[in-house]
Amino acid sequence: MNTLIFRTVAPYLSALMMLFSVFVLLRGHNEPGGGFIGGLIAVSAFAIYGIACGVSAVRRAMKFHPMSIAASGLLLAVVSVLPSLFFSQPAMTSQWLALPFLGTVIDLSTPLFFDIGVYLVVVGAISSIALSLEERAD
Amino acid sequence: MPLFGVEATFWALLGPFVAAALSPFLAKTLKHNAAWLLAVIPALAFLQFLSIVPGIAEGQTFKASLEWVPTFNVNFSIYLDGLSVLFALLISGIGTLITLYAGGYLKGHENLGQFLSYLFLFMGAMLGVVVADNVITLFVYWELTSITSFLLIGFDHLRRASRRSAVQALVVTGGGGLALMAGLILAGYQGGSFELSELLNSGDVLRESPYYTAIFILVVLGAFTKSAQFPFHFWLPNAMEAPTPVSAYLHSATMVKAGVYLLMRMHPVLGDTELWMTVLPIFGGITLLVGTILGIRQTDLKLVLAYTTVASLGLLVMLTGTSDPVAIQGAVIYLFAHSLFKGSLFMVVGTVDHESGTRDLNRVGGLFSLMPITGTAAVLSALSMAGLPPLVGFVAKEVLYDGTWHAVNGGLWTGFAVLGNAMMFALAATVAIKPFFGAKVKTPKVAHEGTVLLVAGSITLAVLGLAAGAFIASVGHQLLSPMTSAILGTPFDEELHLFPTYLSPALYLSLATIALGIIIFMYMDKLRVIVADALRTIGWGPDKGFDQVLEVIIRFATALTQTVQTGSMVTYMRATFTVIALVLFVPMILTGNWPKLQGIGSFYAYEWFIAAIAVIGVYAVLTARYRVTAIVLLGIQGFAVALIYLLFGAPDLAFTQFMVETLSVVILALVMTRLNLKPTDARSSRGKVFDISLSVLCGAGISMLLMSIIQLPFDPTLSEFFTQYSRTIAHGRNIVNVILVDFRGFDTIGEISVVMVTGLAVLALIRVRPKSNGNSNSEKNR
Repeated sequence: MNTLIFRTVAPYLSALMMLFSVFVLLRGHNEPGGGFIGGLIAVSAFAIYGIACGVSAVRRAMKFHPMSIAASGLLLAVVSVLPSLFFSQPAMTSQWLALPFLGTVIDLSTPLFFDIGVYLVVVGAISSIALSLEERAD
Repeated sequence: MPLFGVEATFWALLGPFVAAALSPFLAKTLKHNAAWLLAVIPALAFLQFLSIVPGIAEGQTFKASLEWVPTFNVNFSIYLDGLSVLFALLISGIGTLITLYAGGYLKGHENLGQFLSYLFLFMGAMLGVVVADNVITLFVYWELTSITSFLLIGFDHLRRASRRSAVQALVVTGGGGLALMAGLILAGYQGGSFELSELLNSGDVLRESPYYTAIFILVVLGAFTKSAQFPFHFWLPNAMEAPTPVSAYLHSATMVKAGVYLLMRMHPVLGDTELWMTVLPIFGGITLLVGTILGIRQTDLKLVLAYTTVASLGLLVMLTGTSDPVAIQGAVIYLFAHSLFKGSLFMVVGTVDHESGTRDLNRVGGLFSLMPITGTAAVLSALSMAGLPPLVGFVAKEVLYDGTWHAVNGGLWTGFAVLGNAMMFALAATVAIKPFFGAKVKTPKVAHEGTVLLVAGSITLAVLGLAAGAFIASVGHQLLSPMTSAILGTPFDEELHLFPTYLSPALYLSLATIALGIIIFMYMDKLRVIVADALRTIGWGPDKGFDQVLEVIIRFATALTQTVQTGSMVTYMRATFTVIALVLFVPMILTGNWPKLQGIGSFYAYEWFIAAIAVIGVYAVLTARYRVTAIVLLGIQGFAVALIYLLFGAPDLAFTQFMVETLSVVILALVMTRLNLKPTDARSSRGKVFDISLSVLCGAGISMLLMSIIQLPFDPTLSEFFTQYSRTIAHGRNIVNVILVDFRGFDTIGEISVVMVTGLAVLALIRVRPKSNGNSNSEKNR
């Protein structure tokens, strides 16, 4: 599996997959996609990178411990439930903010942050499992 | 939310939690001086509660509520009356002083920030307990006090004794908490409301309810475990493993009084019955005597105080149990006095320990000239504890004797009280005289007066005890009588006097107590030997019993685990799938509801094609020679299924299926390379036949279940709702995603929490390396 071609292509492939995962995450509310799927794509990207270049390279690329990423995702998801409380609405009522940006309108919303949280949890937890398994395989 | 008035109490409740979040950062930059800044928060809370006092003294009560889970009558509601306000004042006021003291006591400790953080968490929890109106809110805060107490007792977690004490306290108080929850819910249903303020009016309903005894036992269990009543008293002295600020705050002034608070709170509802007036005074009385007798035996000053705390709690329970108005007024004054003098004395002992290096009463002496302020605090507080004028402790004892004397079975309770108080008098004398007077003893460290942070708390509380005695009439009117009224459920306001106005039986009883106390003090050393010998002869106590119970539970668990967990993966898989097959087929066989075979022939050609790919994939798995090949081949079948999802218009599902398949192949392959499996299949041919039949059964069962489901009439309510509102309410066109992040977002929170926990668990499992000798992973050294 560790061919020269694979090792050369893998970093570019994983970079593209990461980009794609973010794209899938962000379009999720209106088109097929979302945090779960995006997260899984990102984990695949890390897995490919790891198989090609080794676990330590992935860990360096991730900067943070995968479980910290997962935990911050969970925190983000839970925090995104709260803002509606400030407007005397039940927790989790979605809040929307339309921001004009360079001629287009960006919809910022609490469900978006919630979904980003989901994404981070999936990325962190599953890549943590995959990476530690790969590590022991070395 | 407004910054003033009753509603501002919510801010006072939030404050400690904010302080808890700030503590680690402030302690990092400001070191021990962070205590000065942080103490402002409980001080503000104290002022907030103080601002409510005038209204309460006029007989008003206040309520405020935030919706929490209205569907289940769970509200975040608070109720302020005489009882809750006095408790809240003690918690926030003493909390302010303890914060300062903790800064001085743990000066230079690397984990000071963490310690202060735990302390504030506890403070927030405790304030919540005493002001909560809703029983569920009360219970949540109640448990939080147990958990924070666990963290604080185990603060010095490198020592085994600390860990043991922490676990013990958590098991005992947490177990009692569970009983309390059951009791409160039962009371809520019987009384028709989950709000204490409304429940307080339905005392007659509850007392006549067939569940009264059950409610009584459950609530009392909660209170007794928390307030260390016999036979649960053992955890409290063990909790002295905690740093002294914790002992002073949690284990004398506040947390352990939560049980007493609960009994007082429930008195209008559960009190004044034969059961109440028998069980409470008896257990309280026994606790009073056991606590003082065990206290005499100790030479560690902190443990002496711990046992007298047990005794004082017993006295409070006994007085509450008499249901006599004057006795309860006595309990209220004593509770107030006790919080002041005991909090102060603990801080004194901590300071002595901190500055002289020991708190063994045989190794300290003559410290008064070296530590005049601490010594003064000790003397004042000990006078209050001994019940001598002109301190508030004296008034407490006068009133409580007056109460027990006239109560039902008064002779017995008065006897308990006199005996207990006499021993407490002797112990108070020991704590004040031994370290500070007499010949100077060489201490491990050269003693000198503590820093401002260390002495401020004890001297303030001691002087307050003196002031409260001097102004007892107005303290009584403003603070104490409203609390008594709240406990009784009827207005009560009798003027209090520092000095008795006439020769009452109480005065004679007081004199008898003092006389007896002096005698006990004189023979203290001899008594200590006698009690120690007696205890050695008995050789068993609830503390040991606790260990034995734990050991039995652990042995049972080990035996059960070893029976059920054979360690053979094949057995686990077979058991799991056998259960699945049973679950699938038993209902179909019992009800005879077999699905009809229909619609099989109406596949399109490409659907047959995809199905064929899936079948080929499965065939390839079965015939594969190597495990890794089999795993990769398993993916074929999964991808075929994903294709079918795609064809039926579920792109999200298909997408996820693709990714899950890919990742499972990767992860399974990794796991397989990790396990040192034999290259060939080790199963016997009979075993293989069993496994094949089992898998065929499970597959057939799932298919039949799915067929039955699609043959049911389809209920479109939900999908119509989602289609209709996805765009209008949730602003999203992708219904699947809208359901995940919006409509059913709480489910998603649960799911990602599970993902998170699974990740942690797998990580922990992978890190476990089999020990080279034997296969025992059980950690004996808890």
